[in-house]
Amino acid sequence: MSNRDVASSDPGISVPGSEEMTYRQSSVVRKFLRGFEPVLAIAPFVVYSFLGLGVPALAVVYYAFRGENGGWTVSNVNQIMHGVFLVGFENSIKLGLLSAVIPGVLGVFLAYAIQTSNSTVLRRLTSTAAGVLANFGGINLTFMFIATLGSTGVLTYWLADIGVKLSNIGFNLFTFSGVLVVYMYFQLPLMVLVVTPALGGLRASWREAAENMGASSWSYWRHVGIPVLMPSILGGMLLLFGSAFAAYATAETLTLGLIALSPIQIGNFLNGNVIAGQTHVGYAIAFGMLVILTVTMILYSLVRKRASKWLR
Amino acid sequence: MAPLSGAGSVFEVSEAENQTVPEFSTGTIRRRRRVRWWRVVVLLLSGAFFIIPLYAGIKFSLQNVQGHFSFQAYEKLPSAPGFTGALTLSLKIALVTMVVSTLLMVPTAIYVHVRLPRLRRLLDVVTVLPIVIPPIVLIIGVLGVFPLWAKSSPYLLSFMYVILSMPFVYRSLDAGLGAIDLKTLTEASRSLGGNWLTTMWRIVLPNIRPALLSATVLTLALVFGEYTMASLDLWTTIPVWIAQFQVSTDGPIQVAASMMGLIGTWILLMLVVSIDRSQSRRTRRKQGA
Repeated sequence: MSNRDVASSDPGISVPGSEEMTYRQSSVVRKFLRGFEPVLAIAPFVVYSFLGLGVPALAVVYYAFRGENGGWTVSNVNQIMHGVFLVGFENSIKLGLLSAVIPGVLGVFLAYAIQTSNSTVLRRLTSTAAGVLANFGGINLTFMFIATLGSTGVLTYWLADIGVKLSNIGFNLFTFSGVLVVYMYFQLPLMVLVVTPALGGLRASWREAAENMGASSWSYWRHVGIPVLMPSILGGMLLLFGSAFAAYATAETLTLGLIALSPIQIGNFLNGNVIAGQTHVGYAIAFGMLVILTVTMILYSLVRKRASKWLR
Repeated sequence: MAPLSGAGSVFEVSEAENQTVPEFSTGTIRRRRRVRWWRVVVLLLSGAFFIIPLYAGIKFSLQNVQGHFSFQAYEKLPSAPGFTGALTLSLKIALVTMVVSTLLMVPTAIYVHVRLPRLRRLLDVVTVLPIVIPPIVLIIGVLGVFPLWAKSSPYLLSFMYVILSMPFVYRSLDAGLGAIDLKTLTEASRSLGGNWLTTMWRIVLPNIRPALLSATVLTLALVFGEYTMASLDLWTTIPVWIAQFQVSTDGPIQVAASMMGLIGTWILLMLVVSIDRSQSRRTRRKQGA
């Protein structure tokens, strides 16, 4: 194998000019090896991604259907459809949906407000800020929000000053509602990034045409604007769903792992908080997440295809 | 980062179009005024939502135990127990990740661009998979099947971070390579007698330097922010260290470390955005000429 490698890359590193000669001298074997050049060039990437992506994914699927003492079984998958693991999935899906729809809708308004503003500075600033904030997940966000909305947080005090007690309106940073608010911090900018190009695709001429035919602002949006934007908005929301559904770090550090979400339940399995005889259930949860995310991504690619129709 | 530059150019088009709208109907003007109204509300509210937590985090980290203004937390941070170790570990992992990622992705991306353009779609699909398969699923699979010697090395994290960084590293390189006339450049180099290595080193790499730089910077930001895999693989990198720090003993230090992490990431990402912008400006100029 390594011999072949040297042989095929040899013409490349040889002295300039000599390549033609070696090529002419080349035997059938050499030509055969040259045919392998693309394979060898792409091989490191293929092998690497197989080890880093394929092997773990296959392992998850394999162990999800293996019994504790060997043999094939569906009992692991059966377990995640009941009890606390089912609750985990329900909560994760609920969190995914809420943090797709709320920032999704707000993001469209925000993007429209930014895009139609006359200030170039504002547009520049927000497009940069959105790019930065959308990448802001992770644990640093947790501690920033503890300083904001925790029991001694700055905003908690401000609200208390005007007579609003957070606990009275059912908000607690360290539970589901808190996780939702913290996720908004990167979901909203992500939606703005995704939907802005689509808003740019709304031609001013369409609006003029609608107005010339006597359409009100409402009927313009009802019959032209929203139908054109809908695939992009749905696509953006599917992305937001995927990112909230799969997120682990923020929810784990904020709730100290006490919230029943699928990713956190997987984490508990890895941390060894496992009931004996259930070690493979973690893989089954991971398998369930893979199935849901695959469906999400298939929907996303379908919606994308429709969205691109108007973006040219 | 690609959507950003795309958004930029879209803005410019719509700006030109918007100017032609209002002149002939008074109805448009009336409506525009109303639109401006809710626009102010939306922008103010979202501005507050994004700025208040930043303000709170900075304020919280800049106070001492009595609640007075002080740089104490930032001063005590370097000597906090475990900080140096975590920083060294993160730096080592980051360095290995950046080197491996560059060695793996740059030749692959260049080769596919020059010789196998048909494979670009395959690469697009493969490099988007780390977004579809979440880190938590990858790590449980990895810890389930990888041999013990691999699991006991911190560089297993580097191995996986190369995977996690693929989406933006490849996209960045792909955009960089697409912006230059690679075929002409390599052919010119070859016909002047440059061998494969010379072509790579002296022609292609200098031309995609901005793309390389932004890929590297994004990888660095990834390594210094990734918590899921590091914590479950039981390595105390910087994010894991911050999370494990005892809130009860010194809250401000924890928030201070977080804020430094956030501001550091912010600066790195701003750098990427400005690199991208200068690159796209260069490309646009080239296309205009």
